Amino acid sequence: MNIIVVGLSHKTASVDIREKVAFSPNSIEKPLRELVALEGIVEGVIVSTCNRVEIYATTRDIAGGIARIRRFMAEYHHLAHDLLDPHLYSYHGEEAIRHVFRVASSLDSMVVGEPQILGQIKTSYGYAAEYKSSGIILNRFLHKAFSVAKRVRTETKIASSAVSVSFAAVELARKIFGSLTDKTVLLIGAGEMCELAARHFLTNGAKGVMVTNRTFERAQKLADEFSGEAIPFEELFLHLHKADIVLTSTGAPHAIITPPDLEEVIKRRRMRPMFLIDIAVPRDIDPAVNEMDAVYLYDMDDLQQVVAANLEGRMQEADKAEAIIAEEIIQFYKWVGTLEVTPTIVALRNRFEELRKAELDRTLTGWKDAPPDAEKRLDALTSAFMNKLLHQPTMVLKKAGQGNRNDLYLDALRALFDLELGGTDTDDSLELEE
Amino acid sequence: MTEISFYLTLALYGIAALAYLACLLRTSPCQAAIARRILIVGFLTHCLAVIHRFIAAGHLPITNMHESLSFFALSIVGIYLYFEARYKVSSLGSFVVPFALLVTLGAGLVPTTIKPLNPALQSAWIYSHTILAFGAYSFFTISCAVAVLFLIQSHFLKKKHLGNLFLKLPSLDILDEIGYRCLAFGFPMLTVAIITGAIWASRAWGSYWSWDPKESWSLITWFIYAALLHGRLTTGWRGKRAAILTIIGFLIMLFTFIGVNLWLPGLHSYT
Repeated sequence: MNIIVVGLSHKTASVDIREKVAFSPNSIEKPLRELVALEGIVEGVIVSTCNRVEIYATTRDIAGGIARIRRFMAEYHHLAHDLLDPHLYSYHGEEAIRHVFRVASSLDSMVVGEPQILGQIKTSYGYAAEYKSSGIILNRFLHKAFSVAKRVRTETKIASSAVSVSFAAVELARKIFGSLTDKTVLLIGAGEMCELAARHFLTNGAKGVMVTNRTFERAQKLADEFSGEAIPFEELFLHLHKADIVLTSTGAPHAIITPPDLEEVIKRRRMRPMFLIDIAVPRDIDPAVNEMDAVYLYDMDDLQQVVAANLEGRMQEADKAEAIIAEEIIQFYKWVGTLEVTPTIVALRNRFEELRKAELDRTLTGWKDAPPDAEKRLDALTSAFMNKLLHQPTMVLKKAGQGNRNDLYLDALRALFDLELGGTDTDDSLELEE
Repeated sequence: MTEISFYLTLALYGIAALAYLACLLRTSPCQAAIARRILIVGFLTHCLAVIHRFIAAGHLPITNMHESLSFFALSIVGIYLYFEARYKVSSLGSFVVPFALLVTLGAGLVPTTIKPLNPALQSAWIYSHTILAFGAYSFFTISCAVAVLFLIQSHFLKKKHLGNLFLKLPSLDILDEIGYRCLAFGFPMLTVAIITGAIWASRAWGSYWSWDPKESWSLITWFIYAALLHGRLTTGWRGKRAAILTIIGFLIMLFTFIGVNLWLPGLHSYT
């Protein structure tokens, strides 16, 4: 049995292609059923996120399986095969395993190390498990992918740093305030970055938002959106001391907050620290305030430098992650290998045993003056002969199962002796494994 | 028995200190848990050593340099373990535990023989006076470590130098809170230790206050921490300057505790 992967991602297809082949989670049952109904496809899982659409499947026939899934992806979405095909990649064997491990560990993500992808794959796998389109191999495979992702996460620092400006701001705030639960955010001026950052602070537990703007209506509107409090711009300094985190992005040509302004504020705050984030260009806050005790000022450049440093750190950590993945692939491959060897050996022995029994019976029924111990002796003779004959092939097969060239032997054996593997055999061997 | 548990403690503190320092370098989260477990075992063997010595000597073992240092280390570790459990700040241990190790090492280097108790010390007052004084010393030690961490973190934040160490150390607010707690516990303890000391002195030496070096330096220490606590409660004084004063307070406290015994002979010289 072989694991194959067919799909496309942000690396191979633009968003207008990706959105055309996306599978909606609300109607995932239908494509899953059609997928495993395809000829030669045994198990299937569909992963569909905004950055990638991928199908993981198992098949005996690698080339045919891949071709059928490629066609399936186009046909299911009523797309021309020629249009979609150049964007699709497909992997089998070790490359397929590596690919899925890398995706789950967020090494293949647009933002390397972003944490969402693992959850998305888990959800996709959940659907496949629910509709029974995944079986023993994909179950084991994806659980392995999850544990690899977890290992990568705990053993490398790939996901430990913020890689967007607004996340970097939240991370910094955490280093100043610890928990954000009783902290108030003040937005000065409106701007998309500011809003986004404010939203991040709120989702990370900040208590409330105050908004001020030169046009009070806009402040009011934004405040309503965050169920916060709008403040007239003239009253800024009456309220500034209540804010623990200040985000500014006004179009003012000069600094609107200067050290003398803040001195009074700090006193009123009883010297509790303040985190000022100045996203405006030209800047709204005099850089000199950073020299004041208890005031921590970051401007856009500072935050971007934090992000750049974090990204660089992630790239270095990615190398460590690749090493972990390489290690896990070897382990998993061993398991996949042994998975098919045992049932093949059993089938081979059964076939020989069957023939032996049949021939034995025929000999004995036609033998009129057979001595009383004839059956016993013939049985011993044929058994010993069969065992001796099978010994070498069994050893070779078991050894081949540990490597990754076993398919050759297995296919040859099946063809030579016309072996059929029952599904139950595979089940048994899995239980033995686990 | 006392010796065995003491040296076992020393070894365990040594390993724990290394483990805590390694936490600063590596990421594995289980490492901090291992370090903590080693430290807890060390703490228990240390308790055993102190209790055993208590029984062997027949009096509270805080009467010579060895016993004092050992008891000091014991209470630092005990209080640290409390703060670590309460605030989940294993990175504080990377600073506190090596210090506790040095103190224990110091205790191991001075003579460890048990001497009969000086008649002047044969009083129930020894319990309240010394235990409170050592409790205060230990809280101030941890507040100093916290102040150092605060200065480091504040420096990183101001300079926008957000490296590995920055990520490992606790947030400013947590450091501030632990520092304040240390002050809030340590200062009353020191106050009561000085008062009970004065009462005891009047019983033993006939005078409440005799400007013995230990007394004078204790008073200086007391004033520094009083100023810190006063500033904190009235104007919310905290941050960089408060941290620096906390460190100065600790250095003076260390001199009161060890320096005075070594270099300034007076009524408190029993060793």
